[in-house]
Amino acid sequence: MDGFMMDIIKGMCIMDNDGNRILAKYYDKNILSTLKEQKAFEKNLFNKTHRSNTEIIMLDGLTCVYKSNVDLFFYVMGSAYENELILLSVLNCLYDSISLILKKNVEKRLVLESLEIIMLAFDEICDGGIILDADPSSVVKRVDLRNDDIPIAEQTVAQVLQSAREQLKWSILK
Amino acid sequence: MGSFRRDKDEEEDGPTNIYQNLEKTSVLQETRTFNETPVNARKCIHILTKILYLINQGEQLAAREATDCFFAMTKLFQSKDVVLRRMVYLGIKELSSIAEDVIIVTSSLTKDMTGKEDLYRAAAIRALCSITDHTMLQAVERYMKQCIVDKNAAVSCAALVSSLRLATTAGDVVKRWANEAQEALNSDNIMVQYHALGLLYHIRKSDRLAVSKLVNKLTRSSMKSPYAVCMLIRIACKLIEEEDIPSEELSDSPLFTFIESCLRHKSEMVIYEAAHAIVNLKNTNPRVLSPAFSILQLFCSSPKATLRFAAVRTLNKVAMTHPAAVTTCNLDLEGLITDSNRSVATLAITTLLKTGAESSVERLMKQISSFVAEISDEFKIVVVQAICALCTKYPRKHTVLMNFLSGMLREEGGLEYKTSIVDTIITIIEENADAKESGLSHLCEFIEDCEHVSLAVRILHLLGKEGPFAATPSKYIRFIYNRVILESPIVRAAAVTALSQFGASCPALLSNILVLLGRCQMDPDDEVRDRATYYLSILNSEKPELYKNYIIERENCSLALLEKALSDHLNGELNSRFDISIVPKAAIVKEEISNDMMLITNTPRVPKITREEESAARLALLPGIQVLGPIHRTTAPIQLTESETEYTVQCIKHIFAQHVVFQFDCLNTLSEQFLENVRVDLTLPEGYTTRAVIQCPKLAYNELQTTFVIVEFPPDAASSVASFGATLRFVVKDCDPVTGEPDSDEGYNDEYMLEDLEITVADQIQKTKKNNFQVAWDAADSEEWLQAEDTFVLSAVSTLQDAVNSIVKILGLGAANLSEKVPEGTHLHTLLCSGNFRGGAEVLVRAKLALSEGVTLNLTVRSTDQDVAELITAAIG
Repeated sequence: MDGFMMDIIKGMCIMDNDGNRILAKYYDKNILSTLKEQKAFEKNLFNKTHRSNTEIIMLDGLTCVYKSNVDLFFYVMGSAYENELILLSVLNCLYDSISLILKKNVEKRLVLESLEIIMLAFDEICDGGIILDADPSSVVKRVDLRNDDIPIAEQTVAQVLQSAREQLKWSILK
Repeated sequence: MGSFRRDKDEEEDGPTNIYQNLEKTSVLQETRTFNETPVNARKCIHILTKILYLINQGEQLAAREATDCFFAMTKLFQSKDVVLRRMVYLGIKELSSIAEDVIIVTSSLTKDMTGKEDLYRAAAIRALCSITDHTMLQAVERYMKQCIVDKNAAVSCAALVSSLRLATTAGDVVKRWANEAQEALNSDNIMVQYHALGLLYHIRKSDRLAVSKLVNKLTRSSMKSPYAVCMLIRIACKLIEEEDIPSEELSDSPLFTFIESCLRHKSEMVIYEAAHAIVNLKNTNPRVLSPAFSILQLFCSSPKATLRFAAVRTLNKVAMTHPAAVTTCNLDLEGLITDSNRSVATLAITTLLKTGAESSVERLMKQISSFVAEISDEFKIVVVQAICALCTKYPRKHTVLMNFLSGMLREEGGLEYKTSIVDTIITIIEENADAKESGLSHLCEFIEDCEHVSLAVRILHLLGKEGPFAATPSKYIRFIYNRVILESPIVRAAAVTALSQFGASCPALLSNILVLLGRCQMDPDDEVRDRATYYLSILNSEKPELYKNYIIERENCSLALLEKALSDHLNGELNSRFDISIVPKAAIVKEEISNDMMLITNTPRVPKITREEESAARLALLPGIQVLGPIHRTTAPIQLTESETEYTVQCIKHIFAQHVVFQFDCLNTLSEQFLENVRVDLTLPEGYTTRAVIQCPKLAYNELQTTFVIVEFPPDAASSVASFGATLRFVVKDCDPVTGEPDSDEGYNDEYMLEDLEITVADQIQKTKKNNFQVAWDAADSEEWLQAEDTFVLSAVSTLQDAVNSIVKILGLGAANLSEKVPEGTHLHTLLCSGNFRGGAEVLVRAKLALSEGVTLNLTVRSTDQDVAELITAAIG
């Protein structure tokens, strides 16, 4: 591939603490192109990484940098020849963006609640393997466009209860 | 309490379950909501998210479903909700490859891309480019150019990145955007800078002068983006390698000065990139290396695992090229052996093993055994490979290493891990005669309790091959016969074959073997019984030549070529019998030894194919090639021009029984020339006749095309060794360097001198590997075989090893019984080698060498063809 200098990211992935894929994107047509290969790779990756938090691992000819928080695992994959620090900078951007979007509560439930925004963030960080942006604040500025005040009429009972509970929780914690 | 707990669990799980158990059809049904007016943005976002989630989980949409969904989505352009619009773009990108008629949204996207809302524009550009093809690009070209230089950084980035994507399919259009990219390069935004550099480089990369100008300019201005600087370092490195700057002039090169200055950059990313680049340069000297190595050494003790990993990986990679420099980091590497990150620890230990001295082997092995149980199989394999390299380097240490390996073999582990250990032991056995007995007994122990059928079969095969020639062959028979009693049919069959090898090669054991084989005839499995009966009847015949041909040396045909020969035969006239002897024997394929121990792959290994099999497929396209019969041998390519001349030509010789096909791969490096009717004219030596010339009709700039010449060998083998003059002839047409179209139909003839070609003896011989040369040699002492003998004094070489190397090279034969390795400190040596001459004549060579003021050589050649035997003796003189 001629674009060897720009196609840096081979894949990005978020998994839960059972190793299930929440979001995953693979950018190189020649690597892990089928679902079966991807699932096998993810299973292997998760087994190798979920117990030890050591930041970086080589697997199946890919360099994977990773980070975990509460019940989530974040991975960024690059070729075995790639500058690991570039990959790390992308991982940090992915994690920090999500942390900003979720107001520091990086956990599975909230990720799923804001899944659309997280999907947009994925898309803003990497476009088909090229790093599009690595600055979390500028990524978040472009994707977190939600209008927080939901008209009360459109909220479901569960959502109302949820927000009430959150408020209660915070008032107790204070 | 219990019920409370359950309630709590349900509560917790409740919201997480929204995306679980989604069903594709029902979610796709929900897309009907998209048609409602006014659009309920919240609801639609949720549905779109569900669809994208399903796709991301790997759910496949059929073209029909995707198209329906895509069209439903287009309704959502009515809504002004920002998030919804962005999700629609995302949906377009995801579905664009599956759905049909996606171009329908072009106008909506173009509107968003040129509109006022910045939040739409950047994402709209990227969505648009995912659905645009070459023809439609013209329509949006103007907008793209504007967007590249847009003052909004996100828009500019999106346009630049999309242009890079488009460049693969519509390179000529994107080339016209170079000026805009150049302007974007001056942007203050770091990402815009980076992407602009990427695009500019891509546009110019085939023009070295332009790249070099670009780099020289940029290295002087300091770029802010660390990514851009990293990329610039890579480009600079590529230029340095291409220009082949000698090591002593490196410090004067502005390119290198730039890379060196990056070692003092404030970003670690750039510092590492620069250090990595310097240590990987081809031509370096200790003075320029030392600062780079100090950086890597510093990184080794960093608290960040990634930095340590990066540093050790780099050190590991260059351990073979710069052992001395890597040794200076040994102290730091030893500190990393106990690193909490196992990848770092393993890399550290393998680096140490690569650079380690013979004296430190024991200490290192002790250190490895302290942690080997904790690491994953992949890394164990890396360690095993490092040990394998070490064995080759220090053959005297084989006892320590072999014991260590057999210890590893006894531990738990997967098939791949065990395979790599067995491979290593086999390599040691093959390379080191002293280690053979102990290696074989370790392997015997291993198959006593081996769950992997494939490994047991391999080891049994090896025992059958090597066991009969060990000091006490009888001790292996018990291990082998145990397999016949205890194992599955496949292993039993392999054991029967191994037993028969002992019967054929050790007359003393024959009667015992016959009893054992007789018992195997009662086996419940067909294959085992068949093999036992087969070997029993051969061994009962007591004819040594039958032993040789049907037990000891059963050569296998190259399967790919056998298949081809058989299908050719079926397509032919079928009035003659198929002759299997003309199919080339399976040759040993040398594996590429990669210096990079880093790659740990689980991907299945690509089946190895020989050059002959590769070229058979390629030559099959030539008209009339079938009459030449099956291919005998393909030589490695030879350059007939200097590199970096106007035209570069390389030649590959395909040898057939009576013909040689010269394949010329031509490359035209002049962008203003278009060549036609390209062919190579050969000046033939006496005896050779040209049979056909296949021209290459068109050779455009930078395209690799091929032309062939088919020549028949002279009838007598003696005059087949000759040299050929070669000239490249063609018609030149001037053309436009950009489009490659010829300016006019007028062209003129021109020619270009190439270097001379040679056909040597080695070209005509396919090497074979005899398991037991002596048996073959003795059997060749019969009437069908002819012998030639001669004595020479080789004055050009001073050591026996050099003499052996050059004989093997000149004759192109395969050495047997490890005789290509001359033991140290000896004055006499016998080289045994064998091969097949084109046309099928077998060749056996025994070369006795003696060292005394130069090397004296007594060469005995036995062959089924007198001419060939003489040709070979003549080749040495």
